[in-house]
Amino acid sequence: MARVESEVGTRSGAFMKWIDDRFPFTETMKYHITEYYASKNFNWWYIFGVLAMVVLVIQILTGIFLTMNYKPSATEAFASVEYIMRDVQWGWLIRYMHSTGASFFFIVVYLHMFRAMLYGSYQKPRELIWIIGMLIFFALFAEAFAGYLLPWGQMSYWGAQVIISLAGAIPFVGDALVEWIRGDYAISDITLNRFFAFHVILIPLALAGLVFLHIVALHHVGSNNPDGVDIKKKKGPDGVPLDGVAFHPYHTTKDLVGIAVFLMLFTGVVFFAPDMGGFFLEHANFEPANMMATPEHIAPVWYFTPFYAILRAVPDKLWGAILMAGSVLLPAFLPWLDRSRVKSIRYRGWIYKMALMLFAISFVTLGWLGLQPAEGIYVMMARVFSVIYFAFFLLMPYYTTIDKTKPVPDRVVYHG
Amino acid sequence: MVNPQLARTGQFSKIRVTRLGAALVALLLTFGVHAASDVELEPAGNDPDNIKSLQSGARNFMNYCAGCHSAKYVRFNTLARDLELSEDQLVENLMFNAEKTFETIQATMPLDDAARWFGQPPPDMSLMARARGTDYVYNFLKGFYIDPESPTGVDNRMLEGTSMPHVLWELQGYQKAVFSTDENGTRHFEHFESVSAGSMSEDEFDEFVRDTTNFLEYVSEPIRSTRRVLGVWVMMFLIVFWIIASMLKKQIWKDVT
Repeated sequence: MARVESEVGTRSGAFMKWIDDRFPFTETMKYHITEYYASKNFNWWYIFGVLAMVVLVIQILTGIFLTMNYKPSATEAFASVEYIMRDVQWGWLIRYMHSTGASFFFIVVYLHMFRAMLYGSYQKPRELIWIIGMLIFFALFAEAFAGYLLPWGQMSYWGAQVIISLAGAIPFVGDALVEWIRGDYAISDITLNRFFAFHVILIPLALAGLVFLHIVALHHVGSNNPDGVDIKKKKGPDGVPLDGVAFHPYHTTKDLVGIAVFLMLFTGVVFFAPDMGGFFLEHANFEPANMMATPEHIAPVWYFTPFYAILRAVPDKLWGAILMAGSVLLPAFLPWLDRSRVKSIRYRGWIYKMALMLFAISFVTLGWLGLQPAEGIYVMMARVFSVIYFAFFLLMPYYTTIDKTKPVPDRVVYHG
Repeated sequence: MVNPQLARTGQFSKIRVTRLGAALVALLLTFGVHAASDVELEPAGNDPDNIKSLQSGARNFMNYCAGCHSAKYVRFNTLARDLELSEDQLVENLMFNAEKTFETIQATMPLDDAARWFGQPPPDMSLMARARGTDYVYNFLKGFYIDPESPTGVDNRMLEGTSMPHVLWELQGYQKAVFSTDENGTRHFEHFESVSAGSMSEDEFDEFVRDTTNFLEYVSEPIRSTRRVLGVWVMMFLIVFWIIASMLKKQIWKDVT
């Protein structure tokens, strides 16, 4: 009778107490999930973070099953992929989910990053979230690049050949560096083996760690919102932000709707158009790698093409490589390039709106140009849009200072 | 380094592997010149859901192609199941050089000999339709024309300098190609003119080639029809899931103002 009912109550309560005395389980759940308050006026741009997480899980799960049947060997890799496609039970589904997942990862991450640019999510105090996010983006590039070699098709081989040889543009050490990366005088079984190691161990491990840090940093400062106002400034008597709702059950159920829509698009591709007309699975990659025969037209997968177009826009190999690297690295400096007093596009002036629109157009156009042959008008266009791409970032400290901003409200606003 | 004439017409160019890296990027920066293709293709118009056409295609392939070309990822028993053939039908009509139904389609001709005779072994056909497209396959099979300078007596519109002989000459007969030359001296294909008739009419031969192309599309992705049927079910499930998720969200968000 002497038991303190309110403290222990049920057996599960006793169990949780035992756990919580030894591990901050309830505390962590509250901090990150049930009492993590995010703005209630999130629009659909805010779905892409959770979707990136969904795709990451899809990639890891399907990746595990692919690894069980794939052979990382120059003589067996191509055949083992066909074995997965034809003889392994549900192998075709697992492989299509993985190949479609790769493209969707980039679709989702590009939109996630664009969301941050729309609403100034990288601005103070979220600079570190942005930096960690950029590291995730770089890791994703490496992961996709290493993974693309594994099927050992013609595009796997020659795409890797082209990109690795870029390191050869570096003066003095270039050739040695290329040899060191490949582990051979050409892309070979050795290269395939080490890329397999990178793809299934090194980079996924780094990705998992970085995603963890990304979320820890986010939950430490709190999520931004389409108005770019700090919801923590207006709190109710219970200490809960007036404009915030708990991640669970509010945002989780809202995200579930977004996930359902996303899965329809995703499975639409998996079941009805796994090649996506040669964009997700390139036609030439259905021919086994042949080091003696160059494909007619080498184009990287679509998600690399904006940067590839910048590389080809420059007539000099070294400068092309430098500018390509620059175009990938520049967004990391956004928190310091942007001098605007307001975060959200809703309260920015026309200059930033126009700049962001030009940037989006140039990014998409460069992506398209990267798929075209580098000749005539295409080269000229690639140069023009490369200049716009760089100007967006490099002139930002200037135009965000002179841009006329509108007053930011105290509370978040609903726009229907 | 790359012969533009060969690259343009789709013939792969052989290049030395040494010092490849530096050369490649230089090559790519000016690549498009070789990638342009002005060949207009006749659409294959095949239907991979047409089982009868696939069966005919399988017969054509095993009788006319499989002597030289393997389809080494394709198992006979999978083929029989998907093409709705009994084991007896399979063994009697298609398995000329295999013992067990789980075997894959291998070329009868030894590959080493083939490499000596033709310069390179005939390519495997498992993924040809997926790598090059059905229109390519269809136009290739119809694209042989008389070329007295070629060792086989023929060349192909789709792959200039091909070492493949005109295997279907008895059916199609022989044709010659008419080319025009533009101001740069580049040859452009115009049309074919029949030289001698084969045992089939033009329509019959088109049908024959279409069925064969259809079969090659099937073998390039045997799971195609399964995934499309399954996809409809998955989509219906997701619609239900989406409706329930929306109702749940509405219920939970009721009290949010």
